[in-house]
Amino acid sequence: MSTYREITHNGLWKNNAALVQLLGLCPLLAVTGSVVNAMGLGLATLLVLTASNIVVSLVRNQVSEAIKIPAFVMVIATFTTTTELLMKAYTYELYLILGIFIPLIVTNCAILGRAEAFASKNSLVLSAWDGFTHGLGFGVVLVLVGAIREILGSGTLFANMHLLFGPAAETWTIDIFGEGYSFLIAILPPGAFLVCGLLIAIKNMIDGEIEKRQSARKVIIKGAKRVRTTGKIS
Amino acid sequence: MIRAIRENSLILTIFALITAGLLAGTYLGTRDKIAAAEREVAQRALREVVPDELHDNDMLNDVLPIPGNFLETLGLNQPTELNVARRNGRPIAFIIPATAPDGYSGDIQMIIGINTDETIAGVRIVAHSETPGLGDKVDTNKSDWVFGFNGKSLNNPNVDNWKVKKDQGTFDQFTGATITPRAVVNQVKKVLLYYAEDSERLLKAAEQSWNNKLENETGDG
Repeated sequence: MSTYREITHNGLWKNNAALVQLLGLCPLLAVTGSVVNAMGLGLATLLVLTASNIVVSLVRNQVSEAIKIPAFVMVIATFTTTTELLMKAYTYELYLILGIFIPLIVTNCAILGRAEAFASKNSLVLSAWDGFTHGLGFGVVLVLVGAIREILGSGTLFANMHLLFGPAAETWTIDIFGEGYSFLIAILPPGAFLVCGLLIAIKNMIDGEIEKRQSARKVIIKGAKRVRTTGKIS
Repeated sequence: MIRAIRENSLILTIFALITAGLLAGTYLGTRDKIAAAEREVAQRALREVVPDELHDNDMLNDVLPIPGNFLETLGLNQPTELNVARRNGRPIAFIIPATAPDGYSGDIQMIIGINTDETIAGVRIVAHSETPGLGDKVDTNKSDWVFGFNGKSLNNPNVDNWKVKKDQGTFDQFTGATITPRAVVNQVKKVLLYYAEDSERLLKAAEQSWNNKLENETGDG
């Protein structure tokens, strides 16, 4: 169905919370020092976003305009705290590493944004899918930034994955540059900004390329009355 | 108007009740699991300092209170307990928590195991926020540096040499990071000084608590 495809495209690419809307930058920059940290926060956000979208969609007709925001915030806060407790119970050490950024999921504007802009106006299944794809889009960017920073900064990939996946994952670590390698700036906050900026640039480049091809195709088909040469504004 | 207010507050109240119920449910459901996870992490740290081959008691629950007048020396800001390691009922080491307040980025929390012969059984950093790649070499995941404390005491090296090399002491600092190791060395030294002062009382207290425990056990049986 085209709506589902549209939602998916929006969440993962066109309207990506991290790369386009630039929402949730604080956790994005803070916890992406390694893949396991990024994935932990990505999964937690995904869970909260999907669950809150479902509940918001369920109650959308009961909640009037006046109390919409407090009610939604309450829903989001509940799911965040629930996620926090679950992480504490099942991935305690990862919980210790991520620390304050788990409770801070409440303040991730991407979540309230989806509740307000989509779930409060759409059916249950569509809202759930919207929450899931947006959460996934955010999570994938987190993991990507985490992977790049981990490779550049510590010279490893998938280190400490057992914090998330149990003892079986202890052997997943890939040591790329050998023992003792470290490139400080990639692990420190500036590295997060650099990598994130690079990803945004790459995404824009791909978008530009796609647009160029599409307009080129249109030119051939329609015989080009007017070719747009100015850049995109937004 | 009044009606709208009433309706809205009613809906918000229902919301609050449902969400609170959900939270209470999750809390109750995860409470035991969380407590177990916390215990396991604490226990693992203790075991690293005094391995299972050396002791035969439940160190996590074998505790003695730290006297209030020593808390400041140890960098602790609330009443805390230290753990006792025993073999056949006799204390072999005390595991003392301490915080170095002067790390490069704030507090460095650690536990220091001291054998009853006043040598160090082991030092572990429990929590810190030192710079990755520089100061975080105090972490056993990153380097072997803290193992350098094993077997050391106030006579070895001499008290005056309990400093990093840069301050004319014995202990290595890290390339590019002196503040973190300096803070750790200094705090470990303070803990040794505390132990030297308090060891007699601690040994007696440990004996006492063991006897009490035995009495309770025979009383129950």
